[in-house]
Amino acid sequence: MKAWDAIVIGGGHNGLVNACYLQRAGLDVLVVEKNDWVGGAATSRELTPGFLYSNCSYVCSLFRPEIMRDLELPRFGLQVISYEGGAVFTRDGDYLANYRDHDAHRREFARFSKRDAEAYDRYSRDVTRQCRFIQPLLMRTAPDPTSFKPRDIGELLYLGKKFAGLSAEEMALTLRFWTMSISDFLDEYFETDVIKANFALSGIIGTALGPMSPGTAYVLLHHYMGEVDGSVGAWGYARGGMGAVTRALAASFKASGGTIRTVAEVDHVLVKNGKAKGVVLAGGEEIYGKLVISNADVKRTFLKLVEEKELPDIFLRRVRNFKIRGSSGKVNIALDSLPEFPALPKDSPVYRADMHFTDSIERMERAYDDWKAGRWSADPFLDMMIPTTLDPTMAPPGKHFMSCFVQYAPPKIRGADWTDADRDGFAESVIAQIAEYSPGFRDRIVHMEVRTPREIEAEVGLTEGNIFQGELTFDQLLFNRPVPGYAQYRSPLSGLYMCGSSTHPGGGVMGAPGRNAAAEILRDLAKPILHMSPAHDVI
Amino acid sequence: MNHHPSIKRSTDTRIAAQSHFRTLRLGTPFQPRIDALGLKQDWYSWAGYRAPHSLWDEELEYFAIRSQAALFDISPMTKYRIEGPDAEAYLDRVTLRDVTRLKPGRVHYTAWCDDEGFVLDDGTLFRLSPTRFRLCSQERHLPWLLDSVIGYDVSVEEETEAVAGLALQGPTSFAILRDAGFAGVERLKVFDLAEFAHDGATVTISRTGFTGDLGYELFVPADKALSLWDRLMAAGELRGIRAIGYTALNRARLEAGLIVANADFTAAEHAIRTDRLRMPDEIGLGFMIDPDKGHFNGRRAILEARAKKKLRHVLVGLEIEGNIPAEHAIVYYRKSQEVGLVSAAMWSPMAKRNIALASLQRPYGDTIVDDLWVEIYAMRELQYQKLMKKAKVVQRPFIKLDRRTANPPADF
Repeated sequence: MKAWDAIVIGGGHNGLVNACYLQRAGLDVLVVEKNDWVGGAATSRELTPGFLYSNCSYVCSLFRPEIMRDLELPRFGLQVISYEGGAVFTRDGDYLANYRDHDAHRREFARFSKRDAEAYDRYSRDVTRQCRFIQPLLMRTAPDPTSFKPRDIGELLYLGKKFAGLSAEEMALTLRFWTMSISDFLDEYFETDVIKANFALSGIIGTALGPMSPGTAYVLLHHYMGEVDGSVGAWGYARGGMGAVTRALAASFKASGGTIRTVAEVDHVLVKNGKAKGVVLAGGEEIYGKLVISNADVKRTFLKLVEEKELPDIFLRRVRNFKIRGSSGKVNIALDSLPEFPALPKDSPVYRADMHFTDSIERMERAYDDWKAGRWSADPFLDMMIPTTLDPTMAPPGKHFMSCFVQYAPPKIRGADWTDADRDGFAESVIAQIAEYSPGFRDRIVHMEVRTPREIEAEVGLTEGNIFQGELTFDQLLFNRPVPGYAQYRSPLSGLYMCGSSTHPGGGVMGAPGRNAAAEILRDLAKPILHMSPAHDVI
Repeated sequence: MNHHPSIKRSTDTRIAAQSHFRTLRLGTPFQPRIDALGLKQDWYSWAGYRAPHSLWDEELEYFAIRSQAALFDISPMTKYRIEGPDAEAYLDRVTLRDVTRLKPGRVHYTAWCDDEGFVLDDGTLFRLSPTRFRLCSQERHLPWLLDSVIGYDVSVEEETEAVAGLALQGPTSFAILRDAGFAGVERLKVFDLAEFAHDGATVTISRTGFTGDLGYELFVPADKALSLWDRLMAAGELRGIRAIGYTALNRARLEAGLIVANADFTAAEHAIRTDRLRMPDEIGLGFMIDPDKGHFNGRRAILEARAKKKLRHVLVGLEIEGNIPAEHAIVYYRKSQEVGLVSAAMWSPMAKRNIALASLQRPYGDTIVDDLWVEIYAMRELQYQKLMKKAKVVQRPFIKLDRRTANPPADF
């Protein structure tokens, strides 16, 4: 019976990135995917004729350009387009926009506060400094601080040297940034509610924490350290929806000789004598592989796909306690015309940007209160955009796809599973909020896909529907992600690796975990790493 | 009371201001006149305003400064109005120089630092009355200025848009102001200011400028800007007045040895790389520091750096052999060791010398001033001509014009 060199469980972006690198290094790689499409949470599907949805993830910035280049993704159709800044609608009929032009941005903020308008430069400087500190860490395996291996010591020294290279002020800021709440952090720069709300949203997206919870300042940083073609912090649309990322990855993988099997759900990992030997599919079919790499999150991998008896107790306990909490949902809407927002001038660039309706940190925190009580937020926080204003491939001319990321949505409703009625109630809270700012909005809706944590877990396989495969809090980052001692993509089982967002450097459509895992695997195989270009210079 | 000017504006005012997104580059109050003269349509963005690099000919615009009189729109400069019984004490605390020695009716060039002693910006401080000041600068500092207000009875208000500014610079600038009817302007000595009547309002005229030449700066309410422009142009017609753009002014300022924030040094609030931060002593502003005047922002750090000899850079004037401008050239010691960078350079028509400003790593430029070289990469018809030229550290300003300080000022 054939034994593959490597079997990757799950065809999400990290699984595919990992598979691509291994295949290009000369391994014979199989990707098994339970759905009849690949992409995981980076997927575009046509659920109603003529409309392509970015079903889960919806914008692109974190995806590492080194990976796009190594895997020749442009050749396989990947194009990322920068979009305009965004806006927060205010309840008094106005809005606060973020313009790309520096001076327009300042003038816009000055409409609300001259002081805050002039505070932006210092804020931007400090955030940029922190991003520059973290960026080089993304494409490196986090060192194991307890190991005496030369490479770990070398990496620790690198980290230490980088940290020691900071000025006293920067060091203080770094520690504050990694531990503070986004609300407290923003208070140090700004005084106006809507301006703080405008920035705070990056601190809570995908996170089961409120803007006043410690640790959310780092989440903001995580959303700032991406880029679109060198423009650090910028966000863009993948042309054709986020599925374009994984379509290109799959095409690149196949072009280099890789094999993908869809509708192939893994029931469990085949383990013999503490070593992974392959996978068993849901139908009972056994597929043998010298290595097994899981793109699934750490809980799914070790609590569902591997038998408990094969794993050390402490490891299992830590996996069980790994925080991977559902906090968000998604409503994808097909519209027969562009919605109007009376508060927004018709020629505003904001139509081509992300839009928000939560104009104070207080309201965000209230929305989080609902989550704690096991309810979806009555007044949810939306990250809403209409990619078809820039991407003509996703809907017929004049018609539009609208993506609404919604927070907060708890993994269970008052301790019970989500019901269809709950899902509809959740969707209504979203539509009602949009309709409040856009009269006639309901009449434009052609079709709608509503995804609560239930749907996201069932379809994509993300535990509790957590988009990052685990919270991005400092206790779960670097050499603690996902579990101390296992932060280098290896697991307690020989031959079983992790490559998903549960591993360093975490979630978002970044691809870094997939690539870093491939580097570790190739090191274990004593294969030269030839197909990986070095991480981009941060100068 | 601490007047806090950042009171929320009314919703109506706010909404009315939305439309700014349609005009990414604003016009200044003088724009109709400048547009009419901007034959080259050669604009750049100065703090979000549409400002001219050059209006018709950058060489001739420069010579207008040095031979006749040049009119340059300085409205985009950031302006703060600082007023109150404690304004003097407050500014003495915030800025480097001793404000208690700045008398009403006087202007001084100053700078201000963060708590680490790094320069936030340089600018001019106008003392309009015992309790009223105007601070002009390149960058924006409202949060810094407001945060520093605590404990002082003073108000700080940004007035960039409300106040229009003009620089009238050059040998005939005084004669033009006199002929325009600003009686008493002859009494203004360098760094003096006075208020004059204009079109039912008041224009503040100071004998200041950025050219090292005889010259004045005029500040007027924005709605009186055009009538002031017309008044000067009419009076200057027979004395060669010309409107100019920034390129010409930039040449004049370099001859005068003056530095520009974010061109010759990186302002602290913009410096992403912390090794780019500079203390006053590192950019030639050490003369502003008065250790005896009491506490001011950055004092402890600056004095400690001096005492422990931690100052790592020095800004110097260079005279470079030959005639090829050394803009952004690397400075070497003994032709091999990299010791600094040229931030601005030109052939000086007034000095007939090849001049430059450069930041060097001490001790070079400080105690070691011999055997310095610059490597000039001169692109000529798609080929770099590499030149290694000797550089000599010289005093600034590179030119000294008697007419700048002559009292009373001459007609030309």
